Amino acid sequence: MGLHHEEEQHPELLHHFAEPEQQRNAASLGMWVFLGTEIMFFGGMFCAYLLYRHWYFGDFGAASKSIDATLGAANTAVLICSSLTVVLAVWAAQTARRALLLAMLCVTMLFGLAFLGIKGYEYYQKFEEHHVPGPSFSFENVPVPGHPGEYANPRHAQIYFSLYFLMTGIHALHMIVGLGIFSWLLLMAWGGRFTPAYHTPVEIGGLYWHFVDIIWIFLFPLLYLIDRHP
Amino acid sequence: MSATNVVPQQQFERETYLNKVYGMWSWLLTTDHKRIALLYLISITFFFFIGGFFALLIRLELLTPAGDLVQADTYNKLFTQHGMVMVFFFLIPSIPAVLGNFLVPMMIGAKDLAFPRINLLSWYLYIIGGVIMLHCMMTGGVDTGWTFYVPFSTNYTNTKFVEAGIAIFIAGFSSILTGLNFVVTIHRMRAPGMTWSRLPLFIWAHYATSIIQLLGTPVIAITIVLVACERALHLGIFDPRLGGDPLLFQHLFWFYSHPAVYIMILPSMGVVTEIIPCFSRKRIFGYSFVAFSSIAIAVFGFLVWAHHMFVAGMSVYAGLVFSFLSYAVAVPSAIKVFNWTATLYKGSIHYDAPMLYAFGFLGLFTIGGLTGLFLAALGINVHVTDTYFVVAHFHYIMVGGAVMGYLGGIHFWWPKISGKLYPEGWARLAALIVFLGFNLTFFPQFVLGYMGMPRRYWDYSHMPEFQVLNVLSTAGATVLGVGYLLPMIYLLWSMRYGKPASDNPWNAAGLEWKTSSPPPTDNFKEEPVVTWEAYNYEELDAPPQALEVPVG
Ligand code: HEM
Ligand SMILES: [Cu+2]
Repeated sequence: MGLHHEEEQHPELLHHFAEPEQQRNAASLGMWVFLGTEIMFFGGMFCAYLLYRHWYFGDFGAASKSIDATLGAANTAVLICSSLTVVLAVWAAQTARRALLLAMLCVTMLFGLAFLGIKGYEYYQKFEEHHVPGPSFSFENVPVPGHPGEYANPRHAQIYFSLYFLMTGIHALHMIVGLGIFSWLLLMAWGGRFTPAYHTPVEIGGLYWHFVDIIWIFLFPLLYLIDRHP
Repeated sequence: MSATNVVPQQQFERETYLNKVYGMWSWLLTTDHKRIALLYLISITFFFFIGGFFALLIRLELLTPAGDLVQADTYNKLFTQHGMVMVFFFLIPSIPAVLGNFLVPMMIGAKDLAFPRINLLSWYLYIIGGVIMLHCMMTGGVDTGWTFYVPFSTNYTNTKFVEAGIAIFIAGFSSILTGLNFVVTIHRMRAPGMTWSRLPLFIWAHYATSIIQLLGTPVIAITIVLVACERALHLGIFDPRLGGDPLLFQHLFWFYSHPAVYIMILPSMGVVTEIIPCFSRKRIFGYSFVAFSSIAIAVFGFLVWAHHMFVAGMSVYAGLVFSFLSYAVAVPSAIKVFNWTATLYKGSIHYDAPMLYAFGFLGLFTIGGLTGLFLAALGINVHVTDTYFVVAHFHYIMVGGAVMGYLGGIHFWWPKISGKLYPEGWARLAALIVFLGFNLTFFPQFVLGYMGMPRRYWDYSHMPEFQVLNVLSTAGATVLGVGYLLPMIYLLWSMRYGKPASDNPWNAAGLEWKTSSPPPTDNFKEEPVVTWEAYNYEELDAPPQALEVPVG
């Protein structure tokens, strides 16, 4: 199959692959499969969420209302923009625009940091309001939306906040891993490792980033927008 | 066809994956799938004996009705650690990580798995998880049962549950990475001509196993996270006093742990599917049925988890549905058994050690599967829930089925792995001892369970009539122990003193037999091109003139 000839042409080709095409396909399939496992990982939490939201809908509505939806919406916008810059980064790598690639990787990371900053501020607010589950948790006399005179059960609200912190916390952890991946991509791009013939890491790193965005697209309405009416 | 196919000692040592480089670091930093398989072989054998040690203590305690050897607390730790070690640190990695790692690339004609470094990472994760588990056991242990049900694990036990949970969490990621590597390898690394319908059924079985590892294991991972958070912070997610639902835990747990039993048995089915055609000298009967029944098991296996919860307070309606689905999942398993039997029919059968293990598998798996159907029937289930009947059921499948297949596979491929022949006489003897010891250990437990002996009790002094059967079981366990020690000894012995093996001592079909024993690091001297169907034993055994093409 003329392996040796090709090996000389593609310094990035690992020895156990026959050709760069095969290596690229393997890497991208690997990332897709990994993201499948991630869906199942988050799936356990979504399952718990659905059960308790169904059981304690009013309490969940009350708890959800106590969260600043504007901050959540801002974060949604930030992540959607970051997905755009990721796509531009991949395109830049494909078309050998090194400066654009570096810029887009940096901007993406800035968006990621902005997301974490806003998230951190939200956590801080919750901490101030004693909405963090645990001994100091308190959620007294909060009305249930749409049911005048009814107040949310603090225990059920605590389940909401437990899920809120777990789901957004694990999501944020994924974001931090994403920032790590992008720093590494940045280093490689800086060293000029990517060419139109070899840019798989940008592609699969981008896949991961999009996935983390999509999880958020589900988290935002589920956690911030329960039973909200203008 | 006893294994006497010996090649003369070569004058110059050929370069193989074993002797290419030497030294500890050449092993600890290797990315060669064959070397990683051996790393796994050594480490899971270690954990097998740890788990076996706990089993021995359990059986000794049950020798007499009184709780005289250990007290209740210690007994709880013994069966918990036995279960956790055997399930998460032996049986789940056993065939995939050892035989699968060694054989998947070779069987499809690849040089390595798609991600060799991730493969090494998976072994390190396994070791880290294992070390944490060992530390946990040596500094107090854990007593929740391998199922770590809430609220006991979250609110009551004062043993080291979180540490054990972390160990299982980490080991779970090693299992996920193995599955990921197999799926990508099987999709992307097949040699030219190795179409899906020409794949050995061992590969189909591992593909199905990988699907379960990939889709199931993350769920147990997040379940452990939730339990640990609940235990640390009392969030209420599983605590009924705080509005949570303990049944949610059981659903999440069994959503992984029922499919996980197929992670243990499917690879073993794959091994048996290789052995039976070889020692019957026949093509497998119904190739595509065997292949797709593996996939069907992987898919339907995800739909039956709640048959572990019939008496836990689920609705009767849910019970009926899950009972029905559990019957359905037995169909693909039965298809396999019928196909293996049909393969034997009119075959020219050779009773070499791997085949003896395969026969053992057939009988014991069938008994285990049929008693699974008993358990899946609501009425009987209520009667035997949490008794020794359940214990016997799953040991027939996991020990009688999965471990038998594992040992059969180790013997079958030992010449390829080590380049040496094992002593056939000893191996047949060991297979026989394992089979007899196994039945003596676990058959009495069916009877005990049916009579009402509950599982997980250290003392049955109020029911002294249970003693006879318990003594039989303990005696059987001793025999079984001898049966497991023997292969350990003679396989190690053969590495030094065994006769050198030829490339294909069984005259078996399959690409792995077309390269030298032991194989070179890159598996094949040149990339193989496949032009034949799997299990072409009739062709292999045909007299040579039949293969001659008339010239003219
Ligand atoms: C033929 C298909 C099978 C059916 C219908 C079946 C059915 C069942 C049922 C209903 C139970 C619950 C008993 C109870 O707790 O009351 C059970 C327990 C169990 N089965 Fe199976 N089973 C099957 C195959 C398997 C396989 C292939 C394995 C392992 C490789 C396995 C391993 C187990 C284990 C480990 C338990 C006990 C779990 C525990 O409580 O610790 N089963 N089975
Ligand atoms: Cu089950």
